[in-house]
This record gives sequence, C-alpha cells and structure tokens, in this order.
Amino acid sequence: MRPKRVTFRHRWLPYALIAPQIVITIVFFLWPASQAIYQSVLRQDAFGLRTEFVGMANFERLFSDPLYLESFWTTIAFSALVASLSMGIALILAVMADRVIRTATAYRTLLIWPYAVAPAVAGVLWWFLFNPTIGIAAYAMDALGYDWNHYVKGSDAMALIVIASAWRQVSYNFLFFLAGLQAIPRSLTEAAAIDSAGPLRRFWTIQLPLLSPTVFFLIVVNVVYAFFETFGVVHATTSGGPGQATNILVYKVWRDAFEGLNLGSSAAQSVILMVIVIALTAIQFRYIERRVEY
Amino acid sequence: MVENRPLLTFVQHAVLILGAALFVFPIYLAFVASTHDQVTVARGIPLLPGGEFWNNYSQVLGEGISTAGAPPLSLMLFNSMVMALSITLGKIAISLLSAFAIVYFRFPFRILAFWTIFITLMLPVEVRILPTFEVVASLGMLNSYAGLSIPLIASATATFLFRQFFMTVPDELTEAARIDGAGPMRFFKDILLPLSRTNLAALFVILFIYGWNQYLWPLLVTTDESYYTIVMGIQRMANAGEETPQWHLIMSTAILALLPPVAVIIGMQSLFVRGLVEVEK
Amino acid sequence: MSNISIQSVRKVYPGGVEAIPGLSLEIEAGELCVLVGPSGCGKSTLLRMVAGLEELTEGEIHIAGRKVNNLEPAERDISMVFQNYALYPHMSVRQNMSYGLKNRGQKKDEITRRVAEAARILGLTDYLDRKPRQLSGGQRQRVAMGRAIVREPAAFLFDEPLSNLDAKLRVKTRVEIRDLQQRLATTAIYVTHDQQEAMTLADRLVVMNAGHIEQVGTPMEIYARPASLFVAEFIGSPPMNVIPAAAAPDLAGIANADADLRIGVRPEALRLVENGPLKLTVRVIERLGSTSNIHGVLPDGKTELIASIPGDSVPAPGETVAFEVDTMDLHFFDKQGKRVAT
Repeated sequence: MRPKRVTFRHRWLPYALIAPQIVITIVFFLWPASQAIYQSVLRQDAFGLRTEFVGMANFERLFSDPLYLESFWTTIAFSALVASLSMGIALILAVMADRVIRTATAYRTLLIWPYAVAPAVAGVLWWFLFNPTIGIAAYAMDALGYDWNHYVKGSDAMALIVIASAWRQVSYNFLFFLAGLQAIPRSLTEAAAIDSAGPLRRFWTIQLPLLSPTVFFLIVVNVVYAFFETFGVVHATTSGGPGQATNILVYKVWRDAFEGLNLGSSAAQSVILMVIVIALTAIQFRYIERRVEY
Repeated sequence: MVENRPLLTFVQHAVLILGAALFVFPIYLAFVASTHDQVTVARGIPLLPGGEFWNNYSQVLGEGISTAGAPPLSLMLFNSMVMALSITLGKIAISLLSAFAIVYFRFPFRILAFWTIFITLMLPVEVRILPTFEVVASLGMLNSYAGLSIPLIASATATFLFRQFFMTVPDELTEAARIDGAGPMRFFKDILLPLSRTNLAALFVILFIYGWNQYLWPLLVTTDESYYTIVMGIQRMANAGEETPQWHLIMSTAILALLPPVAVIIGMQSLFVRGLVEVEK
Repeated sequence: MSNISIQSVRKVYPGGVEAIPGLSLEIEAGELCVLVGPSGCGKSTLLRMVAGLEELTEGEIHIAGRKVNNLEPAERDISMVFQNYALYPHMSVRQNMSYGLKNRGQKKDEITRRVAEAARILGLTDYLDRKPRQLSGGQRQRVAMGRAIVREPAAFLFDEPLSNLDAKLRVKTRVEIRDLQQRLATTAIYVTHDQQEAMTLADRLVVMNAGHIEQVGTPMEIYARPASLFVAEFIGSPPMNVIPAAAAPDLAGIANADADLRIGVRPEALRLVENGPLKLTVRVIERLGSTSNIHGVLPDGKTELIASIPGDSVPAPGETVAFEVDTMDLHFFDKQGKRVAT
C-alpha cells in the first residue's frame, strides 16, 4: 500500500487509536479461532473429564462420516442453486432496467429493499407462503398438480430455503449488475448498433463479456453468502430437515456444538469452514486486484 | 440510444413490473395476513387486508405471544434497536480511529496491526461459534447489551473504507492544518471528520441493516428472553412446538421486524447504493 | 541580520535518493527571494524544509535568529500558500482564514479584526461566508493568500501559488502578490518553475538545478551575466542561443578559438544587417506584435538560432540573412558549462 507522504509524529497516540479494534479482534476473533484449531485436535470423553490429543482423528472421522459428507454436498448444491438463481434473475432484471434509463431509478427502488430483510425473516415469509395447508404458493402448486409439502419432502424443503435465500440476494446482485451495465460506455453499444447487431446479439457479444468481472465477483460473494449467512433461513424454518435434506454445514456445526455437545467434531468442522472462507476471501481479493486494472 | 422497438420496450417494462410484483408479493401477503384473525388466516389467506390490524399489532407489541414464550414485541424491538445502533456506532467509531492511526502515523507494528484487522474478514462468527460463545460466557457478557454488540464491532471492511477515503484526502490539507497549528486529534476532529460525512452516512445505512439483521449471534448469547431481539424472536413463534402456529401474529411480527431496515434502505437509497458499492471496492 | 538562514542543509529521502547534497543560502529581512528551476531540482523540498514539513538530514535552518530544526511548522512563525491552495473545503472563507489564529488561542475580536482587514486588502469582504467551491480559481487563490497574511508571520512561503491559474490571471496576480509583499515588508520565499514569473517577482533570484544552487543574484545580474550554461538557457525568453565555436568561426574569431568553447547570444542581442558574421537560413517567423522571432539554421546545417528583432520588416522563410552582435553581448562557456571571463 502506498504510504501517505504527510504523517504525524506521536509516541503513544497511534497505539491508543488502534487499541480498541485490536483488542476486540484478539479477544473475540483470534483467540476463539485459535481455540477452535486447538480443540479440533483434542477429544473429550463422555463426561468431559479427560481430554487427549488425537491429531487428525477428528478430521478423519468427519470425512468418513456419511452424514457430514452428505451435509457437504447439500451445502454445495444449495450454494450453487442460490447463486445461479439469484444472479440469473438479477441479471435479467438489470438488463431490462438498464435499457429504460429514465425509469431505472424507480425500478431500483422497487427491487432493492428485500436486501434489508433479514434472512431469517425472509425464510419465515416464504415458509408461510408455501405452507401446505394455508399457503397461497402451495395452493397454486396444488392447482398445477403438484403436491407441495416441505415438511415431508426433502426436495421441497430445499427448494424453499433456496427461494427464500435467493429472494433477498437478488436485490444485491441487481444493484451490482445495474452499476456494471451502466459503466459500459454507451458508445460501445451504439457502435454495435451501427454494425447492425440486434439487442440480443449486443448483449451476448458486448455487454456480457464486459460484465464478466462483475459476474466473477458476484459468484464469490453469493457463494460466501450461501455458505455462511443463511444460517437464519434454515434455523427459522426447516431446522435442517426433513431428515438431513437441508442440513447445511453452518447449521450442522451449530447443532453439533449446542445440541450434540460434540466439541472435538464441532471444532474440526469450524476449522474446515475456516479454510473454506479463507480460500474464498483469497479468490475475492485476487479478483479485486485485477478489477483495479480493468 | 435512438432505437424504436415498441415491442421490446413493452416486454422490458412487463418483465420489470412482473419482477417487482414478485418481490413485493410476499410482503404484501404477510401484511394482509397480519390484518386478519387466526380463523380467517387458517382457512386460507385472503387477498385483501382485513380489519384486525390494531388488534393484532397491539397484542404482539403489548403482550407478546404467550403460548410461544415470547416477550412483548415492543421490548424486542427496543433490544434490536439498541443492538443495531451499538453495533453501527461502535463499528464506525473504532474503524475511524484505527484507519486514522494506520494512514496518518508511522509506527512499529503498523503493518502487523493492519493484517490483524484484515484477518477478521476471514473469521465470521459462523466459523468460530462455540469458542466465541465460551469467551463471551467467561467474560460474563451473556444476556447483556454489551455481549450482543461489542464482539461484533471489529470491522475490517469499515476500516478499509475509511482508509481508502483518507488516502484520497490531499496531503496539502494536512500540511495546511499543521501550519495552522492543528495537532493530530484536532486535525481529525476539525478536518477529517467533517470531510468524511458522506462516507459516514453511507456506512451507517449498511451497518444498521447488518446490525439489525443479526440472527446467530443473539441466538448464542441470550437465554434470558428480556434480551431477545425481534429477528431471532420470530423463530420462537414460528417453531412453537406442536401448537398450531398463530400465523396472523407471526406475520405481524415479521412486518415489524423488517420495517425499520426497509425504511432505512428506502429513505436513504442513494446513500445505501453508494455505501454498498464503496464497501465492496 | 539575515532573516532566514539556511546552513549546509542536506536532504536524503528514505530509500537513499539525495534531493539536496548540501546547500547554504541567506535571505535578507523583507526581501522576496525566488527559487526557480526545473521540476525535481529540489526547490520545493528546500521550501518544505524551511516550513518544517520535511525533515533535514543534515544542516541547520534559522528563522529570525532562532534555530527551527526541531520546531513544528506551527511554531516556526511562517505561513504558506500551496499550489492547490489547500483550502478546507467544508469551512467558509472566514473559517478558513481564522482557523490558524483560533488554534493559536488568539482573542475573538482580534481574529475578527485581522480577518476583516485581510479580506479588505484582498477584496474578499463580500465572500467571507462562502465555501471554497463557490469561488472562482482567482478568488480561491486570494483566500489562500488571506490565510497566510492574517497570521502576520515572520515569513511567507509560496509553493507555486499561481500555477493553477490561467495565463492572464497569473500575470495580474503576480503583480498583486509583489505589491502586497512590499507593503507588508515581510520576508518571503517563492518557489516557481516559471522563469518569467521568477524574473518579475524577485528581489533576489536563486536558480537551482539538481539539488544545488547554480547562481544567486538580482534578476538583472543573472540575465546579464549567467554563471553557467544552465542558467543562460533557463533564464530569458526566448532562451539564449548556444553556438559551438566551430559553427560560427567569424564570431569565435573575436575571442580565442577553443574547439570546446560555446558561445551564448541572447536572441534580442542579434541585429539584422546587410552583411554580418552570422548567416542564417530562415525557416519560421513568429510575429509577436512589437517584435518578431526569426527561427533558422546556421550554414553548418544543424545549429539552430533564434533572433528577436523589432518591427515588421522581416525576411521570408527560405531567405538567407545576416546578423551581427556586439562583443559585449557574447557569453562564453567552457566544456563544463562554466562561464569563461572575457
């Protein structure tokens, strides 16, 4: 980072200024994280009386545990669905809004506010809409000949949390797609129009390629969101069920810690999640570096 | 662009209106449900609002939902407000100060401090649930406003945003202030803070929504229902065991839970958009 | 007694770049001293060291008899006008001017009096409650001046204060600055890269190059007797012609013909004659109204020459014409670019 040319000199002031942030970071971030790593290589006996060092055993057990592997795949499927659904819808809406410049702000107002709705509240809203006995969406499905019941059918429950999670994220993606589209110089699309490319061809050959940095950026953000911020959606609605159908990793790590009281396993799961989030952040930052040049 | 394709324009508006309608629809239905009584809702949700608005809302605000063991919503709303504002103001305060230190001073361990703050990006609550809970418990901060807010106020993104902004403040302003006899804190108060006003406001909107919508954290650190926040409280009602859910009251709660952040986002739309795009830069 | 004394000052930036290898300069009380030189010559660094914005690697700086090496800028009793003015954008003109006084703990009515006085001198009285962004470039420049003079300092420091103004306003403002500085009789250091601005403003001119002083003197001394080829080419517009002795044997014949000798002739010292020692093939004519500049090449085909002649009877491009010069208008420089006495 480029340092500022002009700085102040003071013996203790900078430390005092930065202390609150550093203290909170150490006490509530670094210390717990190191505890998680430490506990992940220990095992407690059933009464919590003895702990022993077990090395990688907790991890080995996790990766041979079909429930954990299933949760892993559930999470991956869930993230892929949330990201593609919310980005797809957002992109269509943004392209439409970008072409009607005059009213774009009005549509923006209508489309951004779901972002303010907490994931848990979004979950409850859609849970209500799809309620098999009174929900209007379930009623509509029934009319179409599909017997919707997320209490019983795993795929229905999964669809429900995907819709609830994606609904809120569309707003976010829409904003970034719209900003990205509006940053494309008008002269480019105009030149393409003079080259007699129709709107659809213009989208595929001009707008989408130029939008690709935004697309990559949003993929990472949406995957992070689906992995880590959707706990509330699951906890407030399906509770991981029916069966294991919606038991995503963050929900599982919480349940194993607070309901299963399995410390070593929960810590190992935390460490795995940590590795995932570090990898995703690294990708995001590499991407941002490149975006600066773009 | 001069291009006349009436059909295309029609399709565009149609798609946008349909999209917007689809977005508003769940909230509209929730609102409708919150204005009917339990029996009406249980028969299938009507499409138009009913007359039970005052009854339902005064019941949830005043008494809560006793069967679900939830306190009155007025208390939960208050708790949410305290938590959201504490997180927002706390994050802004400590981020401003640490960005100021990092940008305007050269001191040993400066780079180490920078990376320590950076690393919080990689450690969301979700990946360190249990040990963080243990720390808060051992500090005696369970069931307290401090426990609800302080552990969440470290913020790499806010620090980086201010750092970014401070870097764009011309060096000459700092020099002029030094010649005018302003020390570091006076420069901070008289020059830097007033110049950061727009950034502060934009960040306030983003962080308020973040703070209000916290779910996992209050779930972990509160067991005493007088510290419940509304966003986590709604789950207590929706999952009220074997009882038939009182949907009309749950939906009243949902509306109340989403109203403050939605009002903030719509009322301060341009600040919000600006803040969001800046934070992600 | 000198007011500002710069003694064997050296500046090495972290990373090892030596901006100023070692430099001494005395600035008399009440004089306006202009530091001029190309960008990167160290003139701004020197000014900033006097201001206290840059630390000294070696040497001492005294202001009004007081050693200031370890004093904060605010304690040095100086004020500074920046190139981009550095006005506080969120403060009104009045607040901008009074900020420094307030920080110094001046009494309220004294601040009001001084700001009103400065505003009157600078014609800013009607703008005191405006924000900088509501002012024109010239007005902003005045506010920056006002902020400097309300302090009533021992010295003004100007860092290219006119370079953000358009050409016309620049000429007008530099006269105003000169007038103001003379009336207040305050010592001033003025940094610029514009030699014309330097010439018109300075009591004393300091020409700098690559971190050292090439020459110090009054503008006319420096114009008349440049101490080096660098100064000769830097001061004066159009710049002095430099002719290798070999390219003009007739001119060189006047002095002793040394092959490495270079001869400097100011364009305005050349006179158009029927027959003279310098034969020029004309390429381009620049008409400036009262004078015309004739650009051309000497018979060697590569040495270019500019002659500045009065009036409108000028040759046409392609013609060959002759010029003569008085011997006393010739400047001689050796291989190292040092002036050679004649």
